[in-house]
Amino acid sequence: MLSNEEIEIIALSLKVALASVVLSAPIALACALVLARTSFPGKTLFDAVVHLPLVLPPVVIGYFLLVVFGKQGAVGAWLHDWFGVSFAFRWTGAALAAAVMGFPLMVRAMRLSLEAVPPKLEWAARTLGASRMRTFFAVTLPLALPGVAVGVLLAFARSLGEFGATITFVSNIPGETQTLPLAIYSLTQSPSGDAAILRLCAVSVVLSLAALAGSEWINRRARRSALGADEGTR
Amino acid sequence: MIEVDLSKQFSSARHEPPSASRQSPLRGVDAKFSSAARVLVLFGRSGSGKSTVVNMIAGLAAPERGRVVIDGEVLFDSERHVNVPIERRGVGYVFQEGLLFPHLSVRQNLLFGAARRGTNGALNKGVPFDQVVSLLGIEALLERSAPTLSGGEKQRVAIGRALLSRPRLLLMDEPLAALDTGRRSEILRLIERVRDECNVRIVYVSHSIGEVSRLADDVVLMNEGAVIACGGTEEIFNRTDLRPYTGRFEGGALIEAHAVRHDARYFLTTFAFDGGELIAPGIETPIGARVRIRIRARDVTLATIRPQGMSVRNVIEGRVAGIEDRGGAIVEIRVRLGVSGSEPSGRELLSRISRQALDEMQLEAGQLVFVLIKAIAFDKRSMGFTT
Repeated sequence: MLSNEEIEIIALSLKVALASVVLSAPIALACALVLARTSFPGKTLFDAVVHLPLVLPPVVIGYFLLVVFGKQGAVGAWLHDWFGVSFAFRWTGAALAAAVMGFPLMVRAMRLSLEAVPPKLEWAARTLGASRMRTFFAVTLPLALPGVAVGVLLAFARSLGEFGATITFVSNIPGETQTLPLAIYSLTQSPSGDAAILRLCAVSVVLSLAALAGSEWINRRARRSALGADEGTR
Repeated sequence: MIEVDLSKQFSSARHEPPSASRQSPLRGVDAKFSSAARVLVLFGRSGSGKSTVVNMIAGLAAPERGRVVIDGEVLFDSERHVNVPIERRGVGYVFQEGLLFPHLSVRQNLLFGAARRGTNGALNKGVPFDQVVSLLGIEALLERSAPTLSGGEKQRVAIGRALLSRPRLLLMDEPLAALDTGRRSEILRLIERVRDECNVRIVYVSHSIGEVSRLADDVVLMNEGAVIACGGTEEIFNRTDLRPYTGRFEGGALIEAHAVRHDARYFLTTFAFDGGELIAPGIETPIGARVRIRIRARDVTLATIRPQGMSVRNVIEGRVAGIEDRGGAIVEIRVRLGVSGSEPSGRELLSRISRQALDEMQLEAGQLVFVLIKAIAFDKRSMGFTT
């Protein structure tokens, strides 16, 4: 049904999306924690910066990435010299672009679920001898886990659809940076691509629906157990 | 020994959360007291700063200035820049709402603090898991998940969880407030057993006279963020100058007594105190056991001649020591008990009578009166064992 080429495109898209959430999840969790549990001067600015990818044109983000993480970019050159890591025109760059674009979605979901954990439960843990670290991993994180998972899933779905920043940053190279949306875009440029476009579009729809259904399922389960937990944590 | 000297100002934006809405928000807390009591109760109206004080002892709230010392170990000292982190203070905390971890089972909740390491300062030697579980009667709950428990069950587990973290000091912030009346007396009995059997010092926050008279060895009386008085429970609650703070509407006297004999046929017990004897239901009290009995002013009747042929069991002689008349229908009479009536150390009782009765009886200071108290005016709730 799908050609080898198409399967490769799908596999690359999944790889890029997976790498992007693995890269961004810990950073997003840290940012969400800072936003949910601390207050400091400049917090509003920090919040705005985190949300910037949501409102900026993706092309602008892509261009920024090119300037900063490209071969001649400040960070890109440094990473290349010291770690041999290169983003320019590689699938890792596509993952980076997807990670940046999905970042605000992930932080938002994580922040909401962290804020829903009563700080007094953390107090209780501390008075029982748990350090800040143990309190976070034994109490806060498990209770916020459904929201954290939803955030990761949303960002994953968003990564599958990432187009503008990717094509600007790492171009459209078949087999390296050509993910699903980019492949569809290329096919629209050729006169004989209609059937392939339809197939890839169908795959996109199925993957996105699966991600959404997954996050909805997590949400429902969490709500059901929260109903039972409500009394105790009020 | 616990020594506290703390002050904290609230900015107008974030005043103390639990203060009652109709009162003006507290502007600050200034508390200085020390006590070696086994159970120290911080007593005062809601919004008087009690919770803030225990939160500062636990390290959950930051004072601007002051010191907290427990058994000689400094937990906080603003001058010497000492501020031991919450988890290293060795202070357990039972919150009003229980605050069990909803994602864990009862057993996991109980064991959460067991991993606490004896960092600085001596932790309590601790009570074995099985003993705590059986003391609190939660054997059957161990494998349940925390959110499925009832309010009373949650509070039992919360007490067990705090005990098993081997604290040298156990803070309890109105642990009964979220419970219904039946559960309250049940948990209160458990707290008495914890006090007697677990060898842990308790600092207890309450605005209930019943809880104070049953539990407290020492009382810190708080009002609007300040300490009004600190001392032994009897002393504080029998001091007339503190009456505005110890409860004008629930006026009464606290008496320490011990059980001397039972009357098994009528299920009555005689209690002796310095000033006389009282008969009350208390058949389960062991002979010799010390109890603290709270006698409410409205349960005390006065007579100028010894009455006869009546149902009231307790008739004690005394002399009028003072009359407090604030106008209105009711006056309060202080009566010093004792046959001679002039003993300086004699116990005082409060009686609340109508002004009409006062005028008809023509009571005046020094006059001989008979104090009448129904045997059934006390129940288990107004008696606390103090061992």
